[in-house]
Amino acid sequence: MTDGIGARVKRKEDKRYTTGSGKYTDDVRNENQAYAAFVRSPHAHANVTGIDASAAEGMPGVVAVLNGAELTGDGIGNIICGWAITSKDDTPMNMGAWSALATEKVRYVGDAVAVVIADSMEEARNAAEAVEVSYDELPAVVDTATAMDAGAAQVHENAPNNLIFDWELGDEAATDAGIAAASHVTKIDLTNNRLSPNPMEPRSAVATFDPAEEHYTLYTTSQNPHVARLVLSAFYQVAPEHKLRVIAPDVGGGFGSKIYIYPEEIVCLWASMKTKRSVKWTSTRSEAFLTDAHGRDHVTHAEMGFDADGKITAFKIDTIANLGAYMSLFSSAVPTYLYATLLAGQYHMPAIHCNVKTVYTNTTPVDAYRGAGRPEACYLIERVMEKAAREMGMDPAELRRKNFILEFPYQTPVIMNYDCGDFPGHLDKAQAAADVAGFAARKAEAASRGKLRGLGYSTYIEACGIAPSQAVGSLGAGVGLWESAEVRVNPVGTIEVLTGSHSHGQGHETSFAQVVADRFDLPVENIQIVHGDTDKVQFGMGTYGSRSGPVGLSAIFKACDKVELKVKQIAAHLLDASADDVFCEGGEVKVKGTNKSLGWHEIGLAAYTAHNLPEDMEPGLKEGAFYDPVNFSFPAGCHICEVEIDPETGVVEIVKFTAADDFGTLINPLIVEGQVHGGIGQGVGQAMLEQVIYGDDGQLLTGSYMDYTMPRADNLPSFDVEHNSVPSPSNPLGVKGCGEAGAIGSPPAIMNAITDAIGTENLEMPATPSNVWQAIQANQIKHAAE
Amino acid sequence: MSKISLTVNGRSISKEVSDNTLLVEFIRENLRLTGTHVGCDTSQCGACTVHVDGKSIKSCTMLAVEADGSQITTIEGIANGELHPMQQAFNDNHGLQCGFCTPGMIMAGIDMVNRYKASNKPLDEAAIRGELEGNICRCTGYHNIVRSIADASTKM
Repeated sequence: MTDGIGARVKRKEDKRYTTGSGKYTDDVRNENQAYAAFVRSPHAHANVTGIDASAAEGMPGVVAVLNGAELTGDGIGNIICGWAITSKDDTPMNMGAWSALATEKVRYVGDAVAVVIADSMEEARNAAEAVEVSYDELPAVVDTATAMDAGAAQVHENAPNNLIFDWELGDEAATDAGIAAASHVTKIDLTNNRLSPNPMEPRSAVATFDPAEEHYTLYTTSQNPHVARLVLSAFYQVAPEHKLRVIAPDVGGGFGSKIYIYPEEIVCLWASMKTKRSVKWTSTRSEAFLTDAHGRDHVTHAEMGFDADGKITAFKIDTIANLGAYMSLFSSAVPTYLYATLLAGQYHMPAIHCNVKTVYTNTTPVDAYRGAGRPEACYLIERVMEKAAREMGMDPAELRRKNFILEFPYQTPVIMNYDCGDFPGHLDKAQAAADVAGFAARKAEAASRGKLRGLGYSTYIEACGIAPSQAVGSLGAGVGLWESAEVRVNPVGTIEVLTGSHSHGQGHETSFAQVVADRFDLPVENIQIVHGDTDKVQFGMGTYGSRSGPVGLSAIFKACDKVELKVKQIAAHLLDASADDVFCEGGEVKVKGTNKSLGWHEIGLAAYTAHNLPEDMEPGLKEGAFYDPVNFSFPAGCHICEVEIDPETGVVEIVKFTAADDFGTLINPLIVEGQVHGGIGQGVGQAMLEQVIYGDDGQLLTGSYMDYTMPRADNLPSFDVEHNSVPSPSNPLGVKGCGEAGAIGSPPAIMNAITDAIGTENLEMPATPSNVWQAIQANQIKHAAE
Repeated sequence: MSKISLTVNGRSISKEVSDNTLLVEFIRENLRLTGTHVGCDTSQCGACTVHVDGKSIKSCTMLAVEADGSQITTIEGIANGELHPMQQAFNDNHGLQCGFCTPGMIMAGIDMVNRYKASNKPLDEAAIRGELEGNICRCTGYHNIVRSIADASTKM
């Protein structure tokens, strides 16, 4: 068949999206449906001294006004962070209480205090505005770097100085010795700007309680419906797991922000039980800016030592990470095990030490956003490498080459064991595609027009396919990170694959079908992927960190092994052959060296009629598997960005962007390249456009698309995407994952290109025209003064 | 409440609506045509783009009563037995991922191609990118959306 692994198969799921027949959560409308509107804190930090709902309760259409005291009174548990991090002094992290509806205190603008349930959305919103909440305002703490300062406002009583944990990884003494012995030390201070994920579909939840069955159904915008069910049940006591069905239908993008279980889903479920109504809530974009978990927000000082030959001797990193007002579900893992473990990059570093302090502030909670820790690590390493090359007068590509890891498996000083790679190969391929050799001429030509040209590199590595359950368990994770699958051959010979991975733009309904089509040599049309419903799919851990390929597909592949074994046994029995001689080809099951064959419909029918099966064989043809990965996978590559800058205005144009990536085996290059384009688009957003900004009082200043700059089509170039694939030895298909690489690799390449053009390192993201212009001016003044 | 009469996807409709009902609410909630999406509350994202009397309009910026007497076409109304060339081009060129902005992109793309053809202007990559300023996509980096619209423009 031509539509197996490696084929650019057009997506099967597109028709419903291009015709407007996709079914997203907000498209769900139940009989007897009511609407929820939340009463949110207008203050960043305040004591709640009273809630007067009497006016709201009398308004048209209002069914109920509910508050936090009632919620906790009904035994609904606090929202928790699911990854326990231990500080370097062996104390546990200081997790503050987070109730889905605040009871005594609000800690960020947007913190929910009460909810109105009404017959229509309009009535609910009008009544929410009529709920009178009395606040006793408190000073707010907002800034990451100064949140631990003496005198700063305290967000949670059990986190003195707003410190959540003070954690370290690596050998500090060896690192200090390496820095001390270095012939050159490059020092850098960098801020990784806070971002808002902004999937285009706002979050939404529709909860329905069935009193007769005491059963709940929740439609929700989730990347991991089974995890949502587990957490809602086991930790928040909203409903027992066997009485809760979670459906994540079509989901309009996630980028991490739809991993977590938010207050609104909890409240909708609880309110549906209280009111005996189906309760729907859909976020406005303004609410999304306030309440969807943000990403990044690191402040870092780092030092890298080099010997006289330009070889790295040690890398020392101190980071403060802002986790916002409450600890979101995976917030603690992002600036620790998803960040510090990648700080070796593509380079042989004899010693690394990383110290991370996480802080509470009166801001929206911060958690994983596309890349989750890896973009922060990559940005730091790659800006340091570029700066070091400039300081030492070396070609930045050659400095990287000199330090590349060349032999695998390679044990880094920070836990990770890289299984394979071809770092010089990625660089070669990207340099050729980007025509680096012709850059000097292009720069001279641009200069003749009064423009500044710059070229920047990023040779990135990241980790996907999280992760061996035992390993993450030993590091504090509250869950196992396997995936499950069921492969069901129907009596007519078609196949349904039930997967715990969730597709919200990734195209699994096509690429997963390609893997099964390839495995059994069947047309891709005969295979249907089922996902996103806890009543249909047995179990799953969901989609984030590009785990659907390395982990989800591996589970499917493992289930296919079992199906294949049974198919061969049935065929061998029916065709009087040895199972060892049976193989799949051209949509049939054949016997080697003979003209004997059976169609899949004949195998399926035989399995389900069970009239003539091998002795002791169970009827049916459906097999399940759980797959627990043996290692992370390590996508890597080289991004090269070329920019042209107008020094009069500071406007940066990306004139060429080249990516040479290693994602291992490519299931569908069309889809993979689309993931890279989107990732780079978000990377350009971080590097040049986006930044969540709070006032000193904790008011969100970038709360809409009028204030927060989303990348638009005319902000971006077309991208040149090349592949240099080294299949991963750590999973059966050799896949590595491609969802985050674009967003990880691109920001440093862009910033290195801009700083190359303007001749100064003193530039932080986002490189807006204003920031670039100011950097150019400051640099000119500095040079004039010298 | 006002009574409005209009044509939606070729079907004549008369309905009572509140005077403050947005056209997009009328389309989604009253007519249950849920292919038109709401992605923001500041008329920036374009997920709600429909055609009103042949022109591309953000249906969140217009009241339903203002559409009285109009011909409305939504994403559900453009395929005529087979996919519209713009819909087909988005599939052929992988111009969509999560699909949420896609209906608005397709409606904006059709209008864009029609306008450029009518005025005989070339619709090159820079023009497409400039014309897409009112439609936000978070998944694709626009690369394949631009290619999809360019491809469809040769087939419309």
